Amino acid sequence: MKNNFSQNTSIFQKLRDYDYVLLMSILILGVISIFAMYSTDGGEILFHTKSHFVKFSIFFPMMLILSFVNIKFWHAGSYFFYVIILGLLIWVALYGVQASGSKRWINLYFLNLQPSELMKIAVILCLAKYFHRIRTERINHFSTILVSLTIIIVPTILVITQPDLGTSILISLSGLIILWLSGLRIKYFVYSFILFLISLPFAISFLKPYQKLRILTFIDPDRDPLGSGYQIIQSKIAVGSGGLTGKGFLKGTQSYLDFLPEKHTDFIFTLFSEEFGFLGSMLLLLLYGLIIYRIIRTGLISRSFFSRLFCFGFAFAIFLYVSINMSMVLGLLPIVGSPLPIMSYGGSSLLATMIGFSIVLSAKINHNQNIS
Amino acid sequence: MFNISDNVTKVNLINRRLFIVTAAKILVFLGLSTRLYSLQVKDKNKYLTLSDKNRIRESKLPPIRGEFLDYFGKTIAGNNEVYQLHLIPEQVENFRYVSLRLKNILNMSERQFQRLLKKKNEVKPWDTIVVSDNLTWEQFSRVNSYLYELTGVKSVLSITRIYPHKEDFTHVLGYVSQANEKDVLENEDIKKKFVPGLRVGKTGLEKAFEKELLGENDIQRFEVNAYGKKINQIELQKGSKGKNIRLTIDTEIQKYCGELLKDRAGSICVMDIYTGEIIAMQSAPSFDPNLFLFGINQDDWQLIRNNPLKPLVNKTISGKYSPGSTIKPIVALSALENKIVSPQFTVKCEGKTEMYGQTYHCWKKKGHGFVSLKNAMKQSCDTYFYEIARRLGVDRLSETAKKFGLGERVFENLFFNEKKGLVPNTQWKKKALGSGWLLGETMITGIGQGYIQTTPIQLCLMTAQIANGGYKIYPKITVDTETNFLDKYEPLFTEKKNIKIIQDSIFSSTNEVMGTSYSSRINDPKYRFAGKTGTAQVKRITAEERELDLKTSEIPYEQRDHALYVAYGPTENPRYALSIIIEHGGSGGTTAAPMAKKLFKLIIDRHKLREEAKDNKFLDI
Repeated sequence: MKNNFSQNTSIFQKLRDYDYVLLMSILILGVISIFAMYSTDGGEILFHTKSHFVKFSIFFPMMLILSFVNIKFWHAGSYFFYVIILGLLIWVALYGVQASGSKRWINLYFLNLQPSELMKIAVILCLAKYFHRIRTERINHFSTILVSLTIIIVPTILVITQPDLGTSILISLSGLIILWLSGLRIKYFVYSFILFLISLPFAISFLKPYQKLRILTFIDPDRDPLGSGYQIIQSKIAVGSGGLTGKGFLKGTQSYLDFLPEKHTDFIFTLFSEEFGFLGSMLLLLLYGLIIYRIIRTGLISRSFFSRLFCFGFAFAIFLYVSINMSMVLGLLPIVGSPLPIMSYGGSSLLATMIGFSIVLSAKINHNQNIS
Repeated sequence: MFNISDNVTKVNLINRRLFIVTAAKILVFLGLSTRLYSLQVKDKNKYLTLSDKNRIRESKLPPIRGEFLDYFGKTIAGNNEVYQLHLIPEQVENFRYVSLRLKNILNMSERQFQRLLKKKNEVKPWDTIVVSDNLTWEQFSRVNSYLYELTGVKSVLSITRIYPHKEDFTHVLGYVSQANEKDVLENEDIKKKFVPGLRVGKTGLEKAFEKELLGENDIQRFEVNAYGKKINQIELQKGSKGKNIRLTIDTEIQKYCGELLKDRAGSICVMDIYTGEIIAMQSAPSFDPNLFLFGINQDDWQLIRNNPLKPLVNKTISGKYSPGSTIKPIVALSALENKIVSPQFTVKCEGKTEMYGQTYHCWKKKGHGFVSLKNAMKQSCDTYFYEIARRLGVDRLSETAKKFGLGERVFENLFFNEKKGLVPNTQWKKKALGSGWLLGETMITGIGQGYIQTTPIQLCLMTAQIANGGYKIYPKITVDTETNFLDKYEPLFTEKKNIKIIQDSIFSSTNEVMGTSYSSRINDPKYRFAGKTGTAQVKRITAEERELDLKTSEIPYEQRDHALYVAYGPTENPRYALSIIIEHGGSGGTTAAPMAKKLFKLIIDRHKLREEAKDNKFLDI
């Protein structure tokens, strides 16, 4: 006889309730990413392959261990986690490691930590906890909106000044989705969208020249003084020439061209779909779809609003990263730096994604728990 | 307390909103799938053709390397135009035929021809092969008249390094040569900018400042047809020339040092004692770095490599020598600082002392009689320094020597071939040789013989720091390197008067009768300098040899002593310090000190020009 309200489920129950489908999907994606990295390194085990392999081999078990942490602890530590990451962001602004003109990293010797990546998760956690307690009639109160917007806007501004446009957009959207799910009136969203359009010219003055150029190039690919459009063209050629079944593993011919400065990170999908074709890319898309579906499923069966909101928010975040990255690579969006979860090279984004997954896995085990 | 009905509304609300979001997600994923389908299935052939032909080609051109300027803004490593012949294998229809034609047109040797054939297999078909990188005008014009029938071959006007002062700056600047695999692996910047024919620094400052000097490639992108013929240029990304780097070196003085060292092996360093600026750094013999630009030929290379005077070694920073008597100011200072002796302390020199069953000889057989610190320094009496070193002990001595920069790299990590030298102490010997320190070894160290090893630049820094009143300085060789170390200008003494005593004793060594470099003195106060001679034994002198007492000219070259001289001037108001080392030059007083005399005249004459250049940022009119 199962006790729905039991606070200390036995290890057997935990294992019975574990989300094995999600776990396997993550593992498969990890294995694919290491092979993709190997191909991007030109069929040799070079720096990126080694490094990505090592990081995945550390973070995956770490995720497993963390997934057995009771969801109550995640709930309890949400604000704390958010404040710590916010502190790190401020630290970066002051003493961060600079690379190619922006300050985003803290050097930890084994990993260059990019707090803005962790903020993507922290903002969801923090807001999920905040709206967990708020009653329906209070959701549209001025104070609620003010607090929740502050939680989103402070890190967004910090990240914009790094400057890192891509990540700041993702942070703010991840936060807004929680507001949306919690039932903030639609008219507010309409208002803020109008406000956004009005403030766009001011925001553009914030952008670095190369970012302006990217957006202009996207609007008009012929205007191409520095070859940003060239990247999009080449990326499309690579994807398109993959055809139905792809050119085969390690057979990609576009990779040598070096037209992609970010082939290990933002453009990893280009090289993957060149080698594995339409079937391969659809498989990858379906795999991401499956992962998103499993996360939403966990949210739907969760008793607590905290778990529910976090799962929905995190599912949306994963969806955002995937769709923005792929749209960018397929020439549907201007090039803003945004990694593909797990696939892209980069320790911090991998770490953030894995932490998110461990919370979802923990929510699945403890879906019957109510957090008061 | 939660209210149940509110929970239900809340769940319903969230789920309703979720439904909308999920629908949007599905739509977006469908959109992405459609996009993938249209690219990869519908338009597959279009893109496949594009990628097969890979119609877009990129060609990078080597960036123009930044120049090195001397202190007065004159070019000491510049750029020069040369004519080259390039070939792109995939554009050539019959490679063997074209190669043969080129062989005939250019009168290539069989070896060069074979190398060209081999190169084809080593590079990717769209890469550029440099057939010849330095054509004479005649060859260039002849090739140009045949180019119309040789597709895939193009003549190029290229920019390459040139060293107008030939061997004068070789050791400071190093030289550039074709980048090889090792360079590409070691250096990210080279990897990024690599193009066939790119020249990179192999030694010296050319290597140290690679990143700044490289510049940005010009990148040309153009469409080609299936045969690899250019159809139109898509874009040109303008590169940029590398940064110019201004050195603190004065070419005139550097050249003059080269003249002084002519036909000898040795080195001269000159330094500003306040700013640490290197005025000259010359190592001899040297070689012409221009030889390396297009790959040096075997005969020249063998000549340079097998020269017994070692022209490939930069002796200023990698030559390790026993400092000989030039260490004596430090020994005396250490004794004063540690209150072992007073300036009045005297020792009786009888030409030799018996100690611990060993005989320690002074260079003067008859002995110096009673000597105090000043007299001992003036006449470089070994017996006195044996005695104070013995009382001082090697550990206290080495502490002072290290403070003044001995046993450490002078330029931190600028030159990869700079040596640390060695300042021995009891701990070092235990670690390195596993045996205890002997008192006799302390005495030998006191006259700069035995384990102690210093580089010429270290001796120069040591002298500069004595000359400026005992304050720490950081030498620099480029003008805009700011050395903001915390301990810059920190005093290296405990009592200021000790430095003064040492300065006076060095002064007497040059400017008073009986001084070891008295014959090289300059009486004019404008140029007057103070210096300390040194003679470093290369091998132990045996008893028979001592009896024979040969003149320098009677000893075989490689057994002669090294001649050393360190000095600073002008004495009224010191500004410059130098160190001179002549390998196997006999004694410091006869060989090295006269050079210092000539050199100080030039250095001090040029001081005014230097001061003017300091504030004048617009050097070229």
